[in-house]
Amino acid sequence: MNFPILTFLTFIPVVGMIVILFLKKENIKGIKYTALIATGIQVILAVFLMGNYNYSLGGINDASSFQFVELFRWIEIHDFPWIGTIKIDYFMGVDGLSTPLVLLTAIITFIATLSSWTIDKQLKGYFALFLLLDTGMMGVFVSLDFFLFFVFWEIMLLPMYFLIGIWGGPRREYAAIKFFLYTLFGSIFILLVMIGLYFSTTEVLADGSKVFTFNILEMMNTANYTSDGILSPLNPNNWRFLAYIGLFAGFAIKIPMFPFHTWLPDAHVEAPTPISVILAGVLLKMGIYGILRFNYPIFPEITQQLAWYIGLFGMINIIYGALAAMAQRDFKKLIAYSSISHMGYCLLGMAALNTMGISGAILQMFNHGTITAMLFLIVGVLYDRTHTRNLDDFGGMATQMPIYTGFVTVAFFAAIGLPGLSGFISEIFVFLGAFSYDTIRIIAIISTLGILLGAGYMLWTLQRVYLGTLKEKWAGLKDLDRREYLMFIPLTLIIIFLGIYPSAMLDVMNTSVNTMVKFMQDSQMFFSSFGG
Amino acid sequence: MEVTLTHFLIVSTILFCLGIYGIVTRKNAVMVLMGIELILNASNINFVAFSRFGNFGLQGQLIALFVIVLAAAEAAVALAIVLNVYKTFVNVNVDEIDSLRD
Amino acid sequence: MNESLLINFAVVILFLPLLGFIVTLLLGKKVSKIFIFENLVMLIGLILSIVLLIAKVTTFNNVSISSEFMWIDMGDVPVIGQIQIFLGLLLDDISALMIFVVFLISFLVHFFSIDYMKGDIRYNRYFAYLGLFTFSMAGIVLTHNLLMMYIFWELVGVSSYLLIGFWFEKKSASDAGKKAFIVNRIGDLGFLLGLLTLFLTYNTFSFVEIFTEISQGNLPLNSEFGLTITGIFIFCGAVGKSAQFPLHVWLPDAMEGPTPVSALIHAATMVAAGVYLVVRIFGILTADAMLIIATIGALSALIPATIALTQNDIKRVLAYSTVSQLGYMIMALGVGAYKFAFFHLITHAFFKACMFLGSGSVIHAMHHEQDIQNMGGLRKKMPITYATFLISAIAISGIPLTSGFLSKDGILAGTYAFGTLTGHWYFPFIGFLVAMMTAFYMFRLIILTFHGEPRNKEKYEHAHESSFIMVMPLVVLSILSFFIWYTPNPMDPEAGWMYSDWIKNPELHTPENLRFGFMQSDVTSVITPPGEHRIMYSETYTAALHHVHGSAVFLSIAMAVLGILLAFVMYQWKKISADILADKLKPLYKFSYNKWYFDELYHKIFVAGTIGLSRLIAWFDLKVIDGIVDGSAAVTKAFSKSIGWFDDNVIDGLVNLTASVSAFIGLIFSKFQTGKVQTYIIMVIFSLVILLFLFKSF
Repeated sequence: MNFPILTFLTFIPVVGMIVILFLKKENIKGIKYTALIATGIQVILAVFLMGNYNYSLGGINDASSFQFVELFRWIEIHDFPWIGTIKIDYFMGVDGLSTPLVLLTAIITFIATLSSWTIDKQLKGYFALFLLLDTGMMGVFVSLDFFLFFVFWEIMLLPMYFLIGIWGGPRREYAAIKFFLYTLFGSIFILLVMIGLYFSTTEVLADGSKVFTFNILEMMNTANYTSDGILSPLNPNNWRFLAYIGLFAGFAIKIPMFPFHTWLPDAHVEAPTPISVILAGVLLKMGIYGILRFNYPIFPEITQQLAWYIGLFGMINIIYGALAAMAQRDFKKLIAYSSISHMGYCLLGMAALNTMGISGAILQMFNHGTITAMLFLIVGVLYDRTHTRNLDDFGGMATQMPIYTGFVTVAFFAAIGLPGLSGFISEIFVFLGAFSYDTIRIIAIISTLGILLGAGYMLWTLQRVYLGTLKEKWAGLKDLDRREYLMFIPLTLIIIFLGIYPSAMLDVMNTSVNTMVKFMQDSQMFFSSFGG
Repeated sequence: MEVTLTHFLIVSTILFCLGIYGIVTRKNAVMVLMGIELILNASNINFVAFSRFGNFGLQGQLIALFVIVLAAAEAAVALAIVLNVYKTFVNVNVDEIDSLRD
Repeated sequence: MNESLLINFAVVILFLPLLGFIVTLLLGKKVSKIFIFENLVMLIGLILSIVLLIAKVTTFNNVSISSEFMWIDMGDVPVIGQIQIFLGLLLDDISALMIFVVFLISFLVHFFSIDYMKGDIRYNRYFAYLGLFTFSMAGIVLTHNLLMMYIFWELVGVSSYLLIGFWFEKKSASDAGKKAFIVNRIGDLGFLLGLLTLFLTYNTFSFVEIFTEISQGNLPLNSEFGLTITGIFIFCGAVGKSAQFPLHVWLPDAMEGPTPVSALIHAATMVAAGVYLVVRIFGILTADAMLIIATIGALSALIPATIALTQNDIKRVLAYSTVSQLGYMIMALGVGAYKFAFFHLITHAFFKACMFLGSGSVIHAMHHEQDIQNMGGLRKKMPITYATFLISAIAISGIPLTSGFLSKDGILAGTYAFGTLTGHWYFPFIGFLVAMMTAFYMFRLIILTFHGEPRNKEKYEHAHESSFIMVMPLVVLSILSFFIWYTPNPMDPEAGWMYSDWIKNPELHTPENLRFGFMQSDVTSVITPPGEHRIMYSETYTAALHHVHGSAVFLSIAMAVLGILLAFVMYQWKKISADILADKLKPLYKFSYNKWYFDELYHKIFVAGTIGLSRLIAWFDLKVIDGIVDGSAAVTKAFSKSIGWFDDNVIDGLVNLTASVSAFIGLIFSKFQTGKVQTYIIMVIFSLVILLFLFKSF
């Protein structure tokens, strides 16, 4: 093993957090720049990771084709009563599924740090929690051991709760508790399934002995299941089906999928801008990522069975989210609902079970991360200046803040899916993929309505806020300052670059997605030969 | 009339009862101590009597000797305690020394 | 000059406007004269496109030159197979001609705008947007595949959105831009579905490859219906962009944009893109699809023509006339008159752009007065504008010696022949009827605007002929409306080079049994080189066309003259009072004046419906779903409260009871505990005695 880049990526924020804890409360500059440096190093490392990523390795179910792997025994207890040896690995690695998201997390966190400059309440606590959150997010994307994954998954929960609950808007307690309970509710399912899988899968150690394992790659191999394990495919019961539903529900809450979505608008509206950015930019991706990483390869046969339903929920998300967005008067709530609509495309693409659909879904995650982050920053910039988010209060901002409006136009049209900007590529890939899979073709056709509705509410918002005549009370507003430029320009460049040259991202994930599709197809054969 | 075991036992019983009576009724700690001495001596009589009438050799007498020695030691320790009790409570009236109750 | 050089020319032509857009947009604030750069870029583009056209027509006639590069390469993937998406350019006869038209009109509009937009606060940005539009339009024209077509299709939509809503301070302008974009998107949904169907079947977007597959008998979705439905889906895109019925409602509203924009986008180029798309996929349309296309075209020709009869806004009349003319083209494509349709696209682009720019000149002179009720008599004040406008109006009416006559007559003859062959007589009927209406409303417009006495003296006094910069484009465009550019014989378009060399019949790829009878190749009279699938109009079709040609010419001229005469009788000589007529036909007049109530209908059904539905969903979300969530929270809370009560009173009560019982017992027993050794000893002794008695029995 060379340089343990994933460990550094994950734990650099913790180092930053510790430094911040040792700083004096009055040392505002020190605290802010420590956070900025920590996240900045993360960006550099993530870019380095992308640069050294080998496009030809697949990952997914094959440990040897994961990259930057770090694997050593973390917890090992011998002769534990009833169970025998308990073994938990510290197992990290990336493949085409996680690499884009690692990069996304690094970029979004950095930009959210910049956006946190306007926070003025209890800075020290804010940045300490913020960095802890960062570690949790990064850890979720790089861990390949279910237990480790779960630990990071829970680590991320707590700081989020406080960040919304302390630094949020007027109804922050309600929103924070709602978020916390929802996610915890999901975590319970994940935990149960994790334990079920643990007691069904064994791994052969170097000395030839068999032990239960949390290693998810071992869980994907049907040969590793004990014949009487509760979630073993050899076990003729419905537990696997229930476990799939449970796991899916656990992740679906995070997406958020209809009807588990109502925590999102509340959390977004109450959270401070940078936290909204993180929430929309990274946290929502964990749901889709979890399903792709766990549900798909571990339960391939049930995935095939339920693809139609996944697609259906994708469609509901797309159309329901868009319609709900159209009726909102709160700018942030509108963007939150548009997020729900856009995450529906991910579900639809995943349900296609082919390369185009899944690539589209992953690309959509990345693109939605950048675009929606920008949208929330846009709301934040406006809120900082006007202290209102009511759409009816605005009008004519384009005349007062032309450069800002330029960025707004790019972000809005990217969200609509304009060709030349990144959103288009992922949408068209999702549709191409979903349309190719005849089971969900009708769903794909109905889902195209989302494009129309998306244009409807986005342009209506653009008109209400930015076009028209300027209201007198906003006459003194200033256009963007240098820090805000620094937030908008990188995102805009990414959006345009990926719109023109999507291969930059598609090539990264291509081999992995192919591996996954192939793996699922092969296992389908296995299960049908087994007698279904 | 021949002196039998029963006579010895009667004497020792009387002595024992006197000892008990002394312990229970006397308020002065020294008197209580003396009651204890009486009980010990009652047992001594029993030992010797049983030894004489039973077929035990000299074991009874030996134990009686031990008891006497023990009694001496006990008296010494107990008197020391009583002295200390007097120092603490300024009297040796057992009714008033009831810190055990708390 | 070789082929690769030519394609490089095309690449440069495509990206020049984009360069202009980026530079002008970024430097617009700092450099006030940057619009000159944009104009220069367009001029270079125009010159290059002329060179391209000449080279194409003279040297590479009949040759399709294409060049492509791989945009997305996903390799050989499981389930789907090979996924490689290519982008590229295709130079054939129609794209070379079309790119010239686009750049010519675009340049003229740029030039015209220099004066027209003078003094606008976002002057440079206007030119930047024009550059973006030209780039997108060039992309549509030059593309060699459907995906790129779709990409630029959307980009055109956005630039149109930006330009219509250019004066976004006006609510009506931003409304119109939004409406245009969204209505277009409805059509684009169909286009997208067509795209998906084709990609699903062929794993490629390239026109040539798709056509090859279809001519080999591989139909989309493996069915004849699949081919029909694909054609109709893609046609949906054209319905949106070319403002065909029932999506025509956005175009009149789009007149909120600056007038040169209307000339460029909403008369000559963007709206023509829909027709261009149908032209491109003409080879794979089935008879069923063509019939639907022809019907939509006919309705779009008729309905807006009836609306245009009564409108008073100079730009709106022109807008409805545009929809109507586009309907002509679509109808012509539907009845198989491919050459005439494309020809009309070009001629119409010139004279309609001329009329729009002319109306711009009038509006500029009248200080943004657009109502023709307030004009009149402008002939004397603006002679050049009047002359060019008149020439264009004669052209659109289809009077001989003009380009409009050539193309329109062709279309009418085509529908006529179609009627004789298939019995669908309503196409020629609608065609001739609309021809009369067109002549009528165009001359009504001219008479009310330029003839007679000025109705608004004050504005009339201030009116003056526009500057050279604004008049020059008018002159150029009106000169292009004469027949001489297209054919030496003003009566017979077939005689000219336009038809023999430039616009040729396309290759047809639809399986024989799905074509109209007259398009099947087994009865061909034309000898074709092997391997080529030229359109094979049968003997009967050619005969029918020849047969009807004479009467079609006669009828079309008669209709046009009738329409013009009627306009003069009613508005110039006032023999029939327009007001009385309107009063007599009040319901009809109101129906036409209110645009058949399409806007109201759509607003009531679709807009209000969607908003209502969205409100319902939002309510559902807030009350029902969140209600369930909050409700379950409340239930949990109440439950936990009762549990808490139970815990406090029952469980804790039990615990406390145990405690107090033991305390009570303890209280009793503590009486025995005196702390006096002597009491204890008595107790011991008593106990011993009791025990002794108890155990005695054993």
